[in-house]
Amino acid sequence: MPAEEPAVLAENLRKRYGDTRALDGFDLTVAPGTVHGLLGPNGAGKTTAVRVLATLLRPDSGTARVAGFDVVRQAGQARYRLGLVGQHAAVDELLSGRQNLEMFGRLYHLSAADARRRAGELLERFRLAGTGGKPVTQYSGGMRRRLDLAAGLILAPPVLFLDEPTTGLDPRARNEVWDAVRRLAASGTTVLLTTQYLEEADQLADRVSVIDHGRAIAEGTPDELKHRLGADRIDVVLHSLADLPAASALLARIAGAEAETDPDRRLVSVPVRDRMAALGELVPALASAGITAEDVALRRPTLDEVFLHLTAEQKEAVA
Amino acid sequence: MTMTLTAPSRSPLARLRWAFTDGWTITRRDLTHWANQPVQFVVNLLFSVMVLLMFGFLFGGAMSVPGGGGYQDFLVPGVLALTMVFGVEATFTAVSTDAQRGVTDRFRSLPMAPSAVVLGRCTADLLNAVLTLAALVVAGLLMGWRWHNGFAAALAAFGLLLLLRLAMLWLGIYLGLVTRSPEAVMALQILVWPLGFLSNAFVAPSTMPGWLGTIAEWNPLSATAAATRELFGNPGWGGEGWLAQHPLLLALLWPAVLTAVFCPLAIRRYRNLSR
Ligand SMILES: Nc1ncnc2c1ncn2[C@@H]1O[C@H](COP(=O)(O)OP(=O)(O)OP(=O)(O)O)[C@@H](O)[C@H]1O
Ligand SMILES: [Mg+2]
Repeated sequence: MPAEEPAVLAENLRKRYGDTRALDGFDLTVAPGTVHGLLGPNGAGKTTAVRVLATLLRPDSGTARVAGFDVVRQAGQARYRLGLVGQHAAVDELLSGRQNLEMFGRLYHLSAADARRRAGELLERFRLAGTGGKPVTQYSGGMRRRLDLAAGLILAPPVLFLDEPTTGLDPRARNEVWDAVRRLAASGTTVLLTTQYLEEADQLADRVSVIDHGRAIAEGTPDELKHRLGADRIDVVLHSLADLPAASALLARIAGAEAETDPDRRLVSVPVRDRMAALGELVPALASAGITAEDVALRRPTLDEVFLHLTAEQKEAVA
Repeated sequence: MTMTLTAPSRSPLARLRWAFTDGWTITRRDLTHWANQPVQFVVNLLFSVMVLLMFGFLFGGAMSVPGGGGYQDFLVPGVLALTMVFGVEATFTAVSTDAQRGVTDRFRSLPMAPSAVVLGRCTADLLNAVLTLAALVVAGLLMGWRWHNGFAAALAAFGLLLLLRLAMLWLGIYLGLVTRSPEAVMALQILVWPLGFLSNAFVAPSTMPGWLGTIAEWNPLSATAAATRELFGNPGWGGEGWLAQHPLLLALLWPAVLTAVFCPLAIRRYRNLSR
């Protein structure tokens, strides 16, 4: 693949189900060797996008290329270069982990010996070697997910699609999947990963596309997206709930912006343009107003806030 | 540790070879299921044998067969045909489980031959049908059932039975892809079981109330049962009607019609998974 050819390219993809526009002019560019996060709420169109890119679904219009091959017209070629790990673990429950991997290896047209060797390697790598002989029905959710991931990696494909790889996993299993993704990325695999978790995108992705109502509404590095909110924030946790209105007014005056309050946590939060100057002004101001703060924190906005902001922007634009 | 990519081959001959190789991989998956769950496998085989024994010994005494002869001579071909029809449940369960679990989607994302999924399913289910027939034949022989027209005719009878099973296979694949829910096998049973018994498998359609008897006469299962009775040289119900007079023709026609309807439907359904 030429260096300038993106690993994944989607242009103006559209897909309708009856009145639902699952994809509504979806664009995406993923550079080779990067991890790209596709972030969106339920029903945003993440799975639909991945299914189109993985050659499982024909778009109504628009084009998509994976590793340089058109997913509709050159589906066969594209399939040799992509791995898919769907939203639900797609392995044969009645086979053992090893039997699953050997079968899929054969269907990737590996020789029997290669398929066996590859299954062994992957079981080892995903720490399933000990349980590889057991039927999948006896696997835990995390083990199943890891097996699923292994099955997507049989050919060590240059492009891997992961649809919500950690949904429903406990923190330990989630970390295992994250580690696996990081190692893949380090070995040069391009990963497109969908998620509803902002933390996950933040942790794993070099770049993130935010998808809503079937189109990408923002794209950038996690840091860039955070910057789109325009500001860092100062959080002040008060000693006494009674000080909340006074503190809120004070912070609003210093920042020149509306302050948000959370009475349950006795928290006042405000976006600031010049973080250090605002902080320098705030601390003495609080003291001279006789307000005791338990904690004053300067922080970047979370992706959650970015996401709420972006989707709200989108709604306003539509309205 | 990188795997060498087999360049996708475009020649028709290579494609055909891969269709068979991949189909065999899919078939082997079912064989491995059987090996992994030997108890389940044997229970499935014994279920048909149990139906045979139950009807043979519980009801055999109460049944009189026209033109004399033992009830088992009449019963065995009926149960063989019944088992072929019930096979639709196995096909349905396998196909809908794969569709629901996403295994079908995984197959579709692989560079394998698309026809291999169906080819593998056919081979595995027909192999299973052959084993089930073998178990039933052994049980039947032990009960005193015999074929009387020679081995070639008996072989033709088994051919007709497998033809019916093949027709049921397309129906099973189609319904499995439509529902994508293995739980729906309950609903399928509610449909299939009455059809199994509203036939000439156990009793003469002429003994049934008018319209039920008509259904039983038209039932594809009845056609195959009557045809195999003729080929085995076992007693049948006879009858005056055109249907009763042409069992062999019907036993070929019915599966052909079912296949002509459901095979294209199943293939279209599989293709439409990408819609
Ligand atoms: N086969 C289908 N038939 C009808 N509607 C569909 C189908 N698949 C998806 N949709 C609709 O298309 C929209 C996008 O669905 P999609 O599954 O892509 O969302 P998602 O972002 O993956 O959501 P989730 O986070 O819940 O997995 C939804 O409104 C969904 O209801
Ligand atoms: Mg989804």
